[in-house]
Amino acid sequence: MELRVCALYPDQMNIYADRGNIVFLQRRCEWRGIGFAYSSAGPGEPVDASGADFFYVGGGQDRDQAMVAADMVASKREDLAAAVESGAVLLAVCGGYQLLGHSYQLGAEKLPGLGLVDLETVREDGPRLIGNVAIEVDLGSGPRVLAGFENHGGRTYLGAGVPALGRVLAGQGNNGVDGREGVRRHNLVGTYLHGPLLPKNAWLADHLITLALERRYGTRPELEPLPDALEDAAHASARAAAGA
Amino acid sequence: MSVLFGTKVAAARALGAASRASGRGGGTTLPGRVLLRLEPEAIARLGERLDDGATLVSATNGKTTTAGMIAAVLAAEGRPPVHNRAGSNMSWGVATALLEQRGREGLFEVDEAWLPRVAEQLDPALIVLGNLFRDQLDRYGEIEALADEWAATVAAREGASAFALNADDPLIADLGRDGEERPRAGVSYFGIEDASQALPQLQHAFDAKHCRRCGHPYEYERAFVGHLGHYRCPNCGAERPQPEVAATRIELRGMEGSSATVRTPVGEIQLELPLPGLYNVYNALAAVTACLRLGVEPARIAAALGGMRAAFGRVETIDLGGAALSILLIKNPAGANEVLRTLKLEAERSLAGSGTAGAAVPAGSGIDLWIALNDRIADGRDVSWIWDADFELLGEAVRRVVCAGTRAPEMALRLKYAGWETARIEVVPEIDASLDRAVARAREGVPDGGPARLFALPTYTALLELRKLLSDRGLAKEFWR
Repeated sequence: MELRVCALYPDQMNIYADRGNIVFLQRRCEWRGIGFAYSSAGPGEPVDASGADFFYVGGGQDRDQAMVAADMVASKREDLAAAVESGAVLLAVCGGYQLLGHSYQLGAEKLPGLGLVDLETVREDGPRLIGNVAIEVDLGSGPRVLAGFENHGGRTYLGAGVPALGRVLAGQGNNGVDGREGVRRHNLVGTYLHGPLLPKNAWLADHLITLALERRYGTRPELEPLPDALEDAAHASARAAAGA
Repeated sequence: MSVLFGTKVAAARALGAASRASGRGGGTTLPGRVLLRLEPEAIARLGERLDDGATLVSATNGKTTTAGMIAAVLAAEGRPPVHNRAGSNMSWGVATALLEQRGREGLFEVDEAWLPRVAEQLDPALIVLGNLFRDQLDRYGEIEALADEWAATVAAREGASAFALNADDPLIADLGRDGEERPRAGVSYFGIEDASQALPQLQHAFDAKHCRRCGHPYEYERAFVGHLGHYRCPNCGAERPQPEVAATRIELRGMEGSSATVRTPVGEIQLELPLPGLYNVYNALAAVTACLRLGVEPARIAAALGGMRAAFGRVETIDLGGAALSILLIKNPAGANEVLRTLKLEAERSLAGSGTAGAAVPAGSGIDLWIALNDRIADGRDVSWIWDADFELLGEAVRRVVCAGTRAPEMALRLKYAGWETARIEVVPEIDASLDRAVARAREGVPDGGPARLFALPTYTALLELRKLLSDRGLAKEFWR
């Protein structure tokens, strides 16, 4: 078995140490004897919808994000849409999450979005939403907690009937108002829990690895358990920091 | 001084004395805080008393050390400056130093976000800008935005201040040119020109990818520390300016320090620095450039720098119950990477000393570490940055590591995924218990009872806690005295 990961714009969308997520996936595959194939798609480069099963996009500075938004729509929209429709995992974090929707209103500028999910992001008056955050998530195996850190000026609003990733237990979430955080569609996950989200939530990493392998090999694999004492302690630490 | 202002100054000063006498600490900022509450323009008014002008030093990394170096040179010249030497670098730290010290000239390290405001108030004769790295995004925001604010400050002060700028940091170097790319008046550049010190590859935390002028990605011929290096924009042609103060040959000697041959407009000098790492060579180049501007002769600058010890907390060694404790602050990826590089060199050097040079560090040997990761406001609440620092560099050179601090488990997890063996990693969150544990571990590594060494890598507030602990045990002077 092999996990095929494709990072989108790793040189532009990496502001909160997003590479931690890739390192985390790689190690957990290696320790289980699962192969790990890494590729990346930068500006102007096409995406192979069937070549990878796990796509990742992180957060960037405003300037980089504006460039990436235009480039992504021009060079990757169709293929990413096809990948998501056919069950690929797409984990989009922070700035990457904002690019999944219809558009992102950033001051006078309106950044185009991929339109993969029905959501809008706007920059409103008021402070950036910054701090530790914990949300309750149910990805089909009962409620679990995701813990992390958010730091975003944009407020995201989901369309009617669009499922959020989770319910805010502590922190701000999509917009600081409606108690919802992130978005889900098929195996797409968008969230404001930024940067190294997976190391703080090993259970989510393993869940997404399982989904990606299922897409490739047709059956859902049973992942070998790992000695996760430090992972569990880190999760508890991040959760405690959020006060949840 | 007006009678009313004089009364406010006296009140603030008395509060500082009372605070110190009570032993609760905090004397480095309290008087300034009080004075600024009473008199918002106090920095400007007190600054007028500095007849020979003021120098401001700012950077993400190295501002305390650079200011400390300049202070050492000025002191050796018989010109001890009014200086916020305890590293309290927001406006109240500057105000406190102005309140409590007398002198003809001022020297202040200033927090990056506070630089525009302090520069406006203090009317400095010289501004020294070292670097901008990603750091505490929850507090400072994006570094491009910070660079924009600095650009406005430099533009507003052209002609009024001189500037010493790092040519190797494109975010800093660009401040020395105006909108038409003309060099601004009064700018001196410094940089490194020893190609043998280049990094083998660009680091993960690489913060200046796009040309400040046109947005096109820079091309790097080489990088020395993070994004500091030799670069140019292939699109608009913007490139690294020629530095007039340049290190042309550098030798790093682990924790012992380094030596550098430095070209200046008034002749070549040889620096012997008692501080480790290439990052301190950059700090020294900033200090040399500043001191030349301040009228000190090059040979006297070199002599003074050779004699100085590390600025508070940045690197110091303390005897702790049979182990020599060296403290190296870590607070962001670029700074942490330099500390890790220095420690790797140190591990290799100590092996070379034991006659196993060139070999990989064998199991059971290597250096002992204590890493304390806090997430208080002054550290940045967001600890994501540890995943951008290249802890992978050091894994095999480490014998034992004890992780401490408010986010100790996350530090330990980072090390595990950097490939450090989990059997070598321990988590003890409490600062005092973890330090004792780390000392005991380090001493176990020296079975014949010889001198043990322990390297402490705290974030900023963990450093303050560590200093307090050492001071309570009578091992280090309270730093605000």
